[in-house]
Amino acid sequence: MKKYAYFPGCSLEKMALSYNVSSIASMNKLGVELQELDDWNCCGATAYFHIDELLAYTLCARNLALAEKENLDLVAPCAGCYKNFYFTNAHLKEDPDLADHVNFALEEDDLHFSGNISVRHLMEVFVQDVGFEEIKAKVSRPLKDLKVATYYGCQILRPRKDHEETEQPVFFEDLMSAIGATPVDFPEKVRCCSGALIITNRKAALSMVRNLMMSAIKSGADVIATACPMCQVNLECYQKQVNQEFGIDLSIPVLYFTQLTGLAFGIAPNKLRIGTELVLPTPALSNIRRGSADA
Amino acid sequence: MADKLTFSDEISNLLHASHGNPLKACIQCGTCSGTCPSTPFMDQSPRRLIAMINANMKDEVLASNTHWYCASCFHCTVRCPSEIDIAELMYALKRYSMWKNQYQEDLIGPTFSETFVKTIFNSGRSYEPVLATSYLFSLGVQEFLSEAQTATGLMLKGRLPLLPARIKRLKNFRRMIGRIIPVGGIS
Repeated sequence: MKKYAYFPGCSLEKMALSYNVSSIASMNKLGVELQELDDWNCCGATAYFHIDELLAYTLCARNLALAEKENLDLVAPCAGCYKNFYFTNAHLKEDPDLADHVNFALEEDDLHFSGNISVRHLMEVFVQDVGFEEIKAKVSRPLKDLKVATYYGCQILRPRKDHEETEQPVFFEDLMSAIGATPVDFPEKVRCCSGALIITNRKAALSMVRNLMMSAIKSGADVIATACPMCQVNLECYQKQVNQEFGIDLSIPVLYFTQLTGLAFGIAPNKLRIGTELVLPTPALSNIRRGSADA
Repeated sequence: MADKLTFSDEISNLLHASHGNPLKACIQCGTCSGTCPSTPFMDQSPRRLIAMINANMKDEVLASNTHWYCASCFHCTVRCPSEIDIAELMYALKRYSMWKNQYQEDLIGPTFSETFVKTIFNSGRSYEPVLATSYLFSLGVQEFLSEAQTATGLMLKGRLPLLPARIKRLKNFRRMIGRIIPVGGIS
């Protein structure tokens, strides 16, 4: 069984618990074990970098060092955590002086960063490490007729790591096709959900959420699939505020992509915490036949 | 005697950790402004702000809300034909303006960032209810009610934490932070 060090992150403890349980359950079906990192700390989101860069690197490096101790690659389902760990890992590897300074601080917790593991987003584990063939083989309940707007958001794509496609990626659509769903043409799929602006700059944030909702609905989607807890909360929980702000009446369910893979692998909806959304996806999911669902 | 650093040099120096080109490479094409989803809400567009930095218009740059409207989506960064890491520039400006304590008074961003980091110092984890205090009272009545309604909905669905989480080795963690920045009360 393939094994990773798993960093759930603060949001997945409660607000996005459905992402947490559905990630573990889906990966389990694919024969991948996610071993939660012992005593992990917050990745810092975007706020640490507003205050102090060295501190931001140190706090991320503690988690990298914890994963190194287990000799496992680190996987994060939250796009924000993933981005912070990926680039901290890269910068510290390139800059031995920076790594020295960070290691001086890590000594206080008997930890050391050596730079010998890689950082993966959960989506990469699905798409690259497991692969579509194996995923297809595990589908017992294809999500036939479910039209999905694949919302990439920002941080699984940007900043660019190498020379990857950042304007028109298709791996998310391919993953949805692999589980039998129908990805729709969603023009705003790589635009920003507004991130923390929902707290700091409400007006700007609501307009960004509105654009995404309108684009997804116009594309004919039954549901938006996300790979980030911040995107999910901004897109789902603020629909009422968007409607109030712009005098419109729109609504579309927003699920984690792992809830959809879980359904396709035959996992019961309640085990994926489907039903804990503010915009219930029940009507959208009602067409999916039960297939060989297990309990 | 050493030459006095210009504001433009200071900001460029803050960008040492990001691997993009210097701001002087900007050709003023406006791709960043056209890409940024926040541009309509900024008092200076990203393109204009870069020109202002290059012209050493320090007070005007720090008085603008532009960097605090950056959501860190990095769309400008990946599109910039001159390969300037504009999102990193916005981070650098946020740090600089907090360091100089020079920013528009009605902004929530600086308080939010500080509250966030303090929460981490105290527990090693973030905790939504504490973060909420940094912005709740800036909302209008209608917005406040909507926010309370959303929070209640999340609570009923079991999606809001009632108690803050904290890491186990908190003492080590805080001593670790103390080796990076001296913080009062951390021993």
